[in-house]
Amino acid sequence: MTNHDLLIIGGGPAGLAAGLYAARARLSVLLIEKEMVGGQMATTELIENYPGFSEGSSGVELAEKMREQAERFGLRIELDEVMSVDFTRPEMAVTLGDGERTGRAAIIATGRRPQLLGVPGEIELRGRGVSYCATCDGPFFRDKRIVVVGGGNSAIEEALYLSRFASEVVVVHRRDKLRADRVLQERSFNNKKMRFVWDSVVTSIEGDGKVEALAVRNVKTGKTASIATDGVFVYVGNLPNTEVFKDEIELDERGYVIVDPELATSARGVFAAGDVRVGPAKQVATAVGDGALAVISAERYLENV
Amino acid sequence: MSENVFEVSDGDFEAKVIKSSKPALVDFWAPWCGPCRVASPVVEQVASEHHDKMLFAKLNVDENPKTAAEFEVLSIPTFILFEKGKPVKRFVGAMPKDRFVAELKTWLG
Ligand SMILES: Cc1cc2nc3c(=O)[nH]c(=O)nc-3n(C[C@H](O)[C@H](O)[C@H](O)COP(=O)(O)OP(=O)(O)OC[C@H]3O[C@@H](n4cnc5c(N)ncnc54)[C@H](O)[C@@H]3O)c2cc1C
Repeated sequence: MTNHDLLIIGGGPAGLAAGLYAARARLSVLLIEKEMVGGQMATTELIENYPGFSEGSSGVELAEKMREQAERFGLRIELDEVMSVDFTRPEMAVTLGDGERTGRAAIIATGRRPQLLGVPGEIELRGRGVSYCATCDGPFFRDKRIVVVGGGNSAIEEALYLSRFASEVVVVHRRDKLRADRVLQERSFNNKKMRFVWDSVVTSIEGDGKVEALAVRNVKTGKTASIATDGVFVYVGNLPNTEVFKDEIELDERGYVIVDPELATSARGVFAAGDVRVGPAKQVATAVGDGALAVISAERYLENV
Repeated sequence: MSENVFEVSDGDFEAKVIKSSKPALVDFWAPWCGPCRVASPVVEQVASEHHDKMLFAKLNVDENPKTAAEFEVLSIPTFILFEKGKPVKRFVGAMPKDRFVAELKTWLG
């Protein structure tokens, strides 16, 4: 079995950028992705703030371009899930569904996943009107009513996208103003199909076989109400994908990987890049920057061991 | 298209899936769906290893809205296993092969 110079765990923009830099630097490198190359980016309809694409680009297209660019320099991608890791050995080992892979250094680029609402009906009605991916499921809601839960960038971006299909998009947000960027706020307030329910949280999702209504409670007045709807798109935050690393490296109290300015983690030879690490910015541009920096740091580490 | 996964439509769903003597797994998908593109090679791989135990079919929801609506598919990819004409198992989303096989382990052994 070959011992790689570098293992990259996760194939979102951070992992793909790391893969490009590593392959181009002629490291022997393996990238492992469990689900979809492109990560969260590949589920995003339009990315307008990634430099170099003056008209914006679809997330899937960006993902394909990043992948092609890295593969052109010889990056190898394996589609499998990292289920456990051992970073204490001199050659670190990761265990996949079909066996072990080893490397002299590793980059964690496992990103984040959507947080669930955690209300009754959510799990039962998933795929039956409850969704976390507007680009995947939006077209099923042509001329139907949709509720989007959340007030951040993802929520508002996706609500705008969904307004192309839906007859009405109701945004339920627990505060009295949006957290999303100003440009998105302006667009959403000018959108005739969009309506806002402020200061409110979802308490349950109801329906027999598919979503029919949503119960909400106003956090200021305590009043409850029901909103009739055909779909619920949930964008209420994210959780880092770090469960498999929790015994091997230091995480903060929310589960994000703690890194130094060179992106080194608490384990020797292990670096972290992108959304998964502690830091204020969770964007494609910052993830890509991290991927590059993590490889440069890993190369320096490999030269010195 | 692989030899082990066949295409079904609104027109022949009844004949090919509902009336099938073997269990039949249907992959509800569409060309615009990123996760579906990821899921289909997994389905083909599982189909090539287990085609003796069940049928593997795919249904394009854009071209076959009637069947998709009948089974209330509102998210893709959705996988529904039919046995003796009835949906007996349903799961949603792209996933690695191991998890896909685990979802079907009662039938795949
Ligand atoms: C709806 C939405 C809209 C967005 N819009 C924008 C935007 O307009 N502009 C912008 O800049 N950013 C946007 N973002 C944010 C952007 O997508 C993320 O910041 C970026 O994708 C982070 O990249 P990453 O590589 O760090 O992580 P991710 O994209 O999360 O990728 C991590 C990858 O690791 C894989 N993985 C996880 N665990 C394992 C494991 N154990 N084994 C193997 N693989 C694993 C995952 O499957 C995933 O593919 C948006 C995000 C969302 C959800």
